[in-house]
Amino acid sequence: MINALEIQAPTIEWVPLLPLILLFAGAVIGVLIEAFVPRGVRHALQSALALLTILGAGAAVLVALADFEPAKLAMDAIAYDGPTLVFWLLLLLFGLGGVALFAERAVGDGQSAFAASAAAVPGSPLEREAVRLKREQTEVFPLLLFSLLGMLLFASANDLILLFVSLEVFSLPLYLLSAMARRRRLLSQEAGLKYFLLGSLASGFFLYGIAMLYGFSGGLKLTDVAVAIDSQANEGTHVLLILGLVLMAVGLLFKIGAVPFHAWTPDVYMGAPTPVTGFMAIATKTAAVAALLRVFYVALGGAAWDWQPVFATVAVLSMLVGAVIAIWQNDLKRLLAYSAITHAGFILVAVTGAVEAGEGVFVSSVGAVAFYLLTYGVATLGAFGLLMSVRRAGGEATLISDWKGLGRSNPVVAGVMTLFFLSFAGIPLTAGFVGKLAVFVAAFQGGYGWLVVVAIIMSVVAAYFYLKVIVAMWFQSLDEGTEVVVVSPSPWVWTVVVVGALATVILGLLPGGMLDVMNGFSEFIR
Amino acid sequence: MLLTILALLPIFGAVIVASLRGDVAKLVGMGFALTTLVVGVTTAILSFGNATALAISVPWIRPIGAYYALDMMPMDAMLVILTVILVPVVFLAEWHIDRRDDIRGTASGFFSLALLMEGLALIVFLAGDLLLFYLAFEATLIPIYFMIGRFGGVGRERAAMKFLLFSLAGGLVLLVGLAGLYAVSVQAGTPSLLIGDLGGLEMAPATANWLFVAVFFAFAVKAPLVGLHSWLPDTAAAATPGTSTLLVGVLDKIGTFGIIKICLVIFPESMQWAAPVVLVWAIVSMLFGALMAINATDMLRLVSYTSISHFGFMVFGIFALTTQSMTGSIFYMLNHGFSTAALFLVVGFLVVRRGSADIHAFGGVQKVAPVLAGYFLLAGLSALALPGMSSFVSEFLVMAGSWQRYPVQTACLVIGMVLAATYVLRMYKTTMTGPVTEPVQEQVSHDLSLREKAAVFPLIVLLLALGFFPKPALQIIDEASTGFLSVAGITDPTPQLKEGGR
Repeated sequence: MINALEIQAPTIEWVPLLPLILLFAGAVIGVLIEAFVPRGVRHALQSALALLTILGAGAAVLVALADFEPAKLAMDAIAYDGPTLVFWLLLLLFGLGGVALFAERAVGDGQSAFAASAAAVPGSPLEREAVRLKREQTEVFPLLLFSLLGMLLFASANDLILLFVSLEVFSLPLYLLSAMARRRRLLSQEAGLKYFLLGSLASGFFLYGIAMLYGFSGGLKLTDVAVAIDSQANEGTHVLLILGLVLMAVGLLFKIGAVPFHAWTPDVYMGAPTPVTGFMAIATKTAAVAALLRVFYVALGGAAWDWQPVFATVAVLSMLVGAVIAIWQNDLKRLLAYSAITHAGFILVAVTGAVEAGEGVFVSSVGAVAFYLLTYGVATLGAFGLLMSVRRAGGEATLISDWKGLGRSNPVVAGVMTLFFLSFAGIPLTAGFVGKLAVFVAAFQGGYGWLVVVAIIMSVVAAYFYLKVIVAMWFQSLDEGTEVVVVSPSPWVWTVVVVGALATVILGLLPGGMLDVMNGFSEFIR
Repeated sequence: MLLTILALLPIFGAVIVASLRGDVAKLVGMGFALTTLVVGVTTAILSFGNATALAISVPWIRPIGAYYALDMMPMDAMLVILTVILVPVVFLAEWHIDRRDDIRGTASGFFSLALLMEGLALIVFLAGDLLLFYLAFEATLIPIYFMIGRFGGVGRERAAMKFLLFSLAGGLVLLVGLAGLYAVSVQAGTPSLLIGDLGGLEMAPATANWLFVAVFFAFAVKAPLVGLHSWLPDTAAAATPGTSTLLVGVLDKIGTFGIIKICLVIFPESMQWAAPVVLVWAIVSMLFGALMAINATDMLRLVSYTSISHFGFMVFGIFALTTQSMTGSIFYMLNHGFSTAALFLVVGFLVVRRGSADIHAFGGVQKVAPVLAGYFLLAGLSALALPGMSSFVSEFLVMAGSWQRYPVQTACLVIGMVLAATYVLRMYKTTMTGPVTEPVQEQVSHDLSLREKAAVFPLIVLLLALGFFPKPALQIIDEASTGFLSVAGITDPTPQLKEGGR
């Protein structure tokens, strides 16, 4: 008999959980700053706070690494193992990039990329007033921190309920942020609403899947599900397992942006403020992939025969649809959205391979995916940073035709952008190539040689649309009558771009150490 | 160490040249090309007989089993020599590339990209590790892509894109093979992508055949066999002759080079398994190239079709799998490089003067520009493999070697040789002889300048020298092909006709 009064005080391991606690504290302080600190200093204070919070969290992860012992924390709700650490560090890195993009004001003539007053109706007197007073929405920083906290939790959750809660924690701020663009506000609000509605639907699926899995296994911990699958005592409830598995996959694949759950990506990428797009593009994907790996390898690893074909199909569809539709895009943000869908497909190729760390495995699926996300992430943040600084009257110059002839007018920006695009395309000597190689190698070891062949055909198709941009930059001239300038951004964005470019080159030439580390930290605790 | 210096010298030069402008950039670029020539030839001479002393191998990406491994075996040395000679020659021929009004880049850009390509090509030829080979192989596409796209004529963007997509498709299929070989290597214990280690792997025949097909496909795109060739004529017609020279003379050799260095070493059984089909494919390729060359009206396209025909010849010699035919093919790689370079560059001189590559836009050139016509004839005779030219020696060796094993197929090659005479002589007749037309009188009247002569002269000398005294080169190449075939465990067929019994 359950006695509700016998609730035990939860045990919390403070030291290993410090990164999460720091992020939470930073976000809350950020909210308080909004309430009590005068407007003029908020931007500086908020951006510094966000930066320091994330750096502190990163330092906490690294310090804890010194005597790292895989364990389950907070009453088995959080799995503290190799993949958790790797994905935490990746997310914090992308968070830093996000903060830098959020804080950028130099390119927008001293104004951030966010609406002066997000609550004001577009075009209303209230908005004009806010613009005149040079107001800005600095809540974006605490929102980013909350979102990042949710992502870290999501990547490490060992409990189905916590998984759902953290999904919401990281999604809600993103819905808001998407709707806060300074320019083309209606488009931005539409994007936010679309993201919110579709996201809620996906969350619903996810929750329903959790319910099914609970019905199947009678437990909420990932290991409970794994035990239930292994025991094979639940033959009759196999249908619950399959339903739960599919529904959870729907929720996660939506966040990753894989076909057929990708419909939101192009509109949201295009409508959201560019810094948000950059942060969301990579951080959401990282968190969702981390959770996907944990749920499907740890909880549903015993049912791999059931889900591997599903992921293989989704991977093929994502690569195909993303790459083919991207060919006809003429807006860079939309193009990058379809490119993101293609990349989701490539990541799923490695997920499908399901090569687990162990003796005689030098490139595991988790290691390959983590490396891929790192290479994709640095290039994505850098590319969006550059996208912010190439401008025309009325905002960023996101049309591909605006980038024509940039190779002549600004070879540095064009050169770095070319580097990022070559990395996206997976051309050798860039990090993107090694990422693709790792993914292919993982899939091949898992017995999915045919999937590698498909992925490679799709790489060629994908290379075509990346090249379209490179062709525009280097081989063509700007159309008459268009005026595009490259505004020199502040050190915030420069840092992101330079770090992204350096990482792209270094990880392309000497990836061995990083691959080793990621492979070494790729074993899940069960 | 020497090999690393050799490979990095032009890449370093590319960076320096890119930061310079105008004539200084050209002079510095030429300086680097010539230094590389000296270092390359010296290294090659040093490598004969003690190749192992130069080799270097350090672990590079441990989880993937990749090594930074460079070595210079005899065949590698031949292609290195080819590369380091062609680059300064092209620089000389394209010295005034910045005077043309239809280009988008600067001379410094062209020289820099060409040096970058040279360095990467050298890494390809020296690589002892499959991943290193692959990386450099794919990376060569980038400079060539920009060289076509920024320095070409009409339709260059399309041509650049087509070239890149074809090559990328081929290269990425090679990547499938690489991933597959890695998986096999991991199963055998520690992963290693050293070509030598991969050659020692035990593979099930079916696996080996599939992986062979993947790897071979990449090389069949590169040294284009018919069906996978359509990018080459388009590219050659749109790019400047200098780019085409480097592309066909050096980079396409990676195809035939890779078939020997990688396919033969790693998949000897699969080579034998595929030989009957590939031999026919090579013959069709050769005949197709020759017939298209006979019908071509654009001279740049015509030259590229002759190359397709010659690549068919080389691939045939490799897949006949005898020491003699292999020697012929490797020697042909060298000769074809010089011969096509001469032809492309001389045609380029014509095109620059006349402003058109149409074969019918010319006529009677030998009356107004006899030296140009003379060079043109010599380059053409080399392409049709006249005895005395080095290409004759290689074609002869390929046929003599293949005859022992495949008499019927070899007989088909003779048709190709006849067709070669037809297209070369037809081109010569139409453009050089006959009455001097007005535009030719006006535009082509100034004969080759000293610079232009200096660019092509060394090539003609080499073609003749190797034609009359092929022995030293053949000895080295023979050592290479004997080595490859013994590694692959393939023995020559015993001669069917014995001396006795008279």
